[in-house]
Amino acid sequence: MKLQRFNWPIWTGFLVSLFAVLSYPFIFVRWPVTRDFPWANLLIFCAAALLMFIGVRRAFAPDRRKRSKVIASILTALTAAVLGLFVFSFFVAGRWLPAAHGAPQVGQKAPEFLLSDTNNKSVSLAELLASPIKGKPAKGVLLIFYRGYW
Amino acid sequence: MDTPEVSRDLCQKAGYTFTFLSDPKVETIRRYDLVHAGQGINGQDIARPAEFLLDSSGTVRWVNLTENLWVRARTEQMLEAAKALR
Repeated sequence: MKLQRFNWPIWTGFLVSLFAVLSYPFIFVRWPVTRDFPWANLLIFCAAALLMFIGVRRAFAPDRRKRSKVIASILTALTAAVLGLFVFSFFVAGRWLPAAHGAPQVGQKAPEFLLSDTNNKSVSLAELLASPIKGKPAKGVLLIFYRGYW
Repeated sequence: MDTPEVSRDLCQKAGYTFTFLSDPKVETIRRYDLVHAGQGINGQDIARPAEFLLDSSGTVRWVNLTENLWVRARTEQMLEAAKALR
Protein backbone atom coordinates (compact mmCIF):
# COMPACT_ATOMS: atom_id res chain seq x y z
CA MET A 1 0.00 0.00 0.00
CA LYS A 2 1.21 3.45 -0.91
CA LEU A 3 2.04 5.77 1.98
CA GLN A 4 -0.30 8.78 1.95
CA ARG A 5 1.29 12.19 1.98
CA PHE A 6 0.38 14.28 5.02
CA ASN A 7 -2.27 16.79 4.00
CA TRP A 8 -0.54 19.82 5.51
CA PRO A 9 -2.69 22.55 3.85
CA ILE A 10 -5.86 21.39 5.58
CA TRP A 11 -4.22 21.26 9.03
CA THR A 12 -2.38 24.54 8.53
CA GLY A 13 -5.60 26.15 7.33
CA PHE A 14 -7.39 25.01 10.46
CA LEU A 15 -4.62 26.31 12.75
CA VAL A 16 -4.52 29.61 10.87
CA SER A 17 -8.28 30.00 11.42
CA LEU A 18 -7.79 29.51 15.17
CA PHE A 19 -5.07 32.16 15.08
CA ALA A 20 -7.43 34.45 13.15
CA VAL A 21 -9.83 34.41 16.11
CA LEU A 22 -7.39 34.42 19.01
CA SER A 23 -5.26 37.19 17.55
CA TYR A 24 -8.16 39.63 17.94
CA PRO A 25 -8.41 39.69 21.75
CA PHE A 26 -4.70 39.05 22.29
CA ILE A 27 -3.10 41.22 19.62
CA PHE A 28 -5.23 43.32 17.31
CA VAL A 29 -7.51 44.80 19.97
CA ARG A 30 -4.56 46.96 21.07
CA TRP A 31 -4.61 49.31 18.09
CA PRO A 32 -7.72 51.27 17.10
CA VAL A 33 -7.08 50.67 13.40
CA THR A 34 -7.26 46.88 13.79
CA ARG A 35 -9.73 46.99 16.70
CA ASP A 36 -12.62 49.05 15.35
CA PHE A 37 -12.94 46.82 12.30
CA PRO A 38 -11.31 43.37 12.42
CA TRP A 39 -9.99 43.48 8.86
CA ALA A 40 -6.68 41.94 9.91
CA ASN A 41 -8.51 38.94 11.34
CA LEU A 42 -10.75 38.62 8.30
CA LEU A 43 -7.66 38.68 6.07
CA ILE A 44 -6.10 35.89 8.11
CA PHE A 45 -9.37 33.98 7.70
CA CYS A 46 -9.03 34.42 3.92
CA ALA A 47 -5.57 32.86 4.09
CA ALA A 48 -7.05 30.00 6.14
CA ALA A 49 -9.85 29.53 3.60
CA LEU A 50 -7.33 29.36 0.75
CA LEU A 51 -5.31 26.69 2.56
CA MET A 52 -8.48 24.76 3.34
CA PHE A 53 -9.50 24.91 -0.30
CA ILE A 54 -6.15 23.47 -1.40
CA GLY A 55 -6.36 20.88 1.37
CA VAL A 56 -9.90 19.78 0.44
CA ARG A 57 -8.94 19.40 -3.21
CA ARG A 58 -5.99 17.30 -2.18
CA ALA A 59 -8.09 15.16 0.19
CA PHE A 60 -10.70 14.46 -2.45
CA ALA A 61 -8.18 13.48 -5.14
CA PRO A 62 -8.93 10.00 -6.51
CA ASP A 63 -5.84 8.42 -4.95
CA ARG A 64 -6.67 9.47 -1.35
CA ARG A 65 -8.21 7.18 1.21
CA LYS A 66 -11.64 7.73 2.72
CA ARG A 67 -10.10 8.71 6.06
CA SER A 68 -8.40 11.68 4.45
CA LYS A 69 -11.74 12.89 3.07
CA VAL A 70 -13.48 12.53 6.44
CA ILE A 71 -10.75 14.49 8.26
CA ALA A 72 -10.83 17.21 5.61
CA SER A 73 -14.61 17.51 5.92
CA ILE A 74 -14.49 17.75 9.71
CA LEU A 75 -11.72 20.38 9.69
CA THR A 76 -13.57 22.43 7.07
CA ALA A 77 -16.75 22.35 9.15
CA LEU A 78 -14.79 23.35 12.28
CA THR A 79 -13.13 26.24 10.47
CA ALA A 80 -16.50 27.45 9.21
CA ALA A 81 -17.82 27.28 12.79
CA VAL A 82 -14.83 29.24 14.09
CA LEU A 83 -15.37 31.93 11.46
CA GLY A 84 -19.09 32.03 12.23
CA LEU A 85 -18.42 32.40 15.93
CA PHE A 86 -16.00 35.25 15.32
CA VAL A 87 -18.34 37.14 13.01
CA PHE A 88 -21.21 36.60 15.43
CA SER A 89 -19.23 37.78 18.49
CA PHE A 90 -17.95 40.91 16.79
CA PHE A 91 -20.81 42.05 14.59
CA VAL A 92 -23.86 40.71 16.46
CA ALA A 93 -23.09 40.12 20.14
CA GLY A 94 -20.83 43.19 20.21
CA ARG A 95 -23.87 45.36 19.52
CA TRP A 96 -25.89 44.02 22.43
CA LEU A 97 -25.50 47.19 24.48
CA PRO A 98 -28.14 49.11 26.41
CA ALA A 99 -29.24 52.18 24.48
CA ALA A 100 -28.46 54.65 27.31
CA HIS A 101 -31.22 57.06 26.28
CA GLY A 102 -30.99 58.71 29.69
CA ALA A 103 -27.27 59.46 29.40
CA PRO A 104 -26.32 63.14 29.51
CA GLN A 105 -26.39 64.68 26.05
CA VAL A 106 -24.43 67.50 24.48
CA GLY A 107 -25.53 70.77 26.07
CA GLN A 108 -26.75 69.12 29.28
CA LYS A 109 -25.05 69.36 32.65
CA ALA A 110 -23.26 66.17 33.65
CA PRO A 111 -24.71 64.77 36.89
CA GLU A 112 -22.57 65.31 40.00
CA PHE A 113 -20.87 62.30 41.58
CA LEU A 114 -18.67 61.42 44.55
CA LEU A 115 -16.42 58.41 44.04
CA SER A 116 -13.24 56.93 45.53
CA ASP A 117 -9.97 57.29 43.67
CA THR A 118 -7.19 54.71 43.79
CA ASN A 119 -6.04 56.04 47.18
CA ASN A 120 -9.56 55.70 48.60
CA LYS A 121 -9.93 59.47 48.64
CA SER A 122 -13.41 60.74 47.72
CA VAL A 123 -13.44 62.88 44.60
CA SER A 124 -16.43 64.83 43.26
CA LEU A 125 -17.04 66.06 39.74
CA ALA A 126 -17.08 69.63 41.05
CA GLU A 127 -13.59 69.10 42.49
CA LEU A 128 -12.30 67.70 39.21
CA LEU A 129 -13.71 70.68 37.32
CA ALA A 130 -12.12 73.07 39.80
CA SER A 131 -8.69 71.45 40.02
CA PRO A 132 -6.03 73.27 38.01
CA ILE A 133 -3.84 71.42 35.49
CA LYS A 134 -0.19 72.55 35.35
CA GLY A 135 -1.11 75.71 37.24
CA LYS A 136 -3.86 76.73 34.81
CA PRO A 137 -7.59 76.37 35.41
CA ALA A 138 -8.93 73.16 33.86
CA LYS A 139 -10.59 73.67 30.48
CA GLY A 140 -12.78 70.67 31.13
CA VAL A 141 -12.98 67.08 32.24
CA LEU A 142 -13.04 63.91 30.17
CA LEU A 143 -15.16 61.16 31.74
CA ILE A 144 -14.43 57.63 30.50
CA PHE A 145 -16.69 54.80 31.60
CA TYR A 146 -14.84 51.64 30.72
CA ARG A 147 -15.24 47.91 30.89
CA GLY A 148 -12.42 45.65 29.99
CA TYR A 149 -8.90 47.01 29.88
CA TRP A 150 -8.79 48.40 26.40
CA MET B 1 -16.56 46.70 39.01
CA ASP B 2 -13.07 46.99 40.40
CA THR B 3 -12.27 48.25 43.87
CA PRO B 4 -9.83 51.17 44.33
CA GLU B 5 -7.07 48.66 45.20
CA VAL B 6 -7.49 46.70 41.96
CA SER B 7 -7.61 49.96 40.02
CA ARG B 8 -4.44 51.16 41.74
CA ASP B 9 -2.57 48.08 40.51
CA LEU B 10 -3.91 48.66 37.02
CA CYS B 11 -2.86 52.32 37.06
CA GLN B 12 0.62 51.45 38.26
CA LYS B 13 1.07 48.76 35.62
CA ALA B 14 -0.34 50.89 32.83
CA GLY B 15 1.31 54.11 34.00
CA TYR B 16 -1.94 56.06 34.19
CA THR B 17 -1.59 59.41 35.93
CA PHE B 18 -5.14 60.68 35.49
CA THR B 19 -7.74 60.41 38.24
CA PHE B 20 -9.06 56.87 38.28
CA LEU B 21 -12.35 56.41 40.12
CA SER B 22 -14.22 53.33 41.28
CA ASP B 23 -17.97 52.92 41.34
CA PRO B 24 -18.39 49.59 43.16
CA LYS B 25 -22.05 50.28 43.96
CA VAL B 26 -22.82 51.24 40.35
CA GLU B 27 -24.38 54.51 41.57
CA THR B 28 -22.79 56.95 39.16
CA ILE B 29 -23.05 54.50 36.28
CA ARG B 30 -26.80 54.24 37.05
CA ARG B 31 -27.17 58.03 37.30
CA TYR B 32 -25.59 58.33 33.84
CA ASP B 33 -27.89 55.55 32.52
CA LEU B 34 -24.93 53.40 31.49
CA VAL B 35 -25.75 50.19 33.38
CA HIS B 36 -25.24 46.99 31.44
CA ALA B 37 -27.09 44.60 33.72
CA GLY B 38 -25.56 41.27 34.65
CA GLN B 39 -22.63 41.50 32.23
CA GLY B 40 -19.77 41.34 34.73
CA ILE B 41 -17.66 38.20 35.09
CA ASN B 42 -19.71 37.16 38.11
CA GLY B 43 -23.01 38.40 36.70
CA GLN B 44 -22.82 41.80 38.39
CA ASP B 45 -24.00 45.03 36.79
CA ILE B 46 -21.27 46.90 34.97
CA ALA B 47 -20.99 49.94 32.72
CA ARG B 48 -21.44 50.01 28.99
CA PRO B 49 -18.50 51.90 27.43
CA ALA B 50 -19.05 55.66 27.20
CA GLU B 51 -16.98 58.83 26.98
CA PHE B 52 -18.06 62.39 27.85
CA LEU B 53 -16.12 65.60 27.46
CA LEU B 54 -17.28 68.35 29.80
CA ASP B 55 -16.36 72.02 29.69
CA SER B 56 -15.30 73.88 32.82
CA SER B 57 -18.95 74.50 33.77
CA GLY B 58 -19.65 70.76 33.75
CA THR B 59 -21.71 70.90 30.57
CA VAL B 60 -21.33 68.04 28.10
CA ARG B 61 -19.58 69.25 24.94
CA TRP B 62 -18.88 65.91 23.25
CA VAL B 63 -20.16 62.43 23.87
CA ASN B 64 -19.44 58.98 22.47
CA LEU B 65 -21.85 56.13 23.15
CA THR B 66 -20.48 53.31 21.05
CA GLU B 67 -22.92 50.93 19.38
CA ASN B 68 -20.39 48.11 19.38
CA LEU B 69 -18.57 46.87 22.45
CA TRP B 70 -15.33 46.43 20.52
CA VAL B 71 -15.33 49.93 19.06
CA ARG B 72 -14.16 52.68 21.43
CA ALA B 73 -13.46 56.38 21.12
CA ARG B 74 -10.04 57.01 19.64
CA THR B 75 -7.48 59.21 21.32
CA GLU B 76 -7.38 61.62 18.37
CA GLN B 77 -11.19 62.02 18.47
CA MET B 78 -11.04 62.99 22.13
CA LEU B 79 -8.09 65.34 21.62
CA GLU B 80 -9.87 67.06 18.77
CA ALA B 81 -12.99 67.53 20.90
CA ALA B 82 -10.83 68.85 23.74
CA LYS B 83 -9.17 71.40 21.43
CA ALA B 84 -12.58 72.93 20.76
CA LEU B 85 -12.99 73.74 24.47
CA ARG B 86 -12.17 77.27 25.53
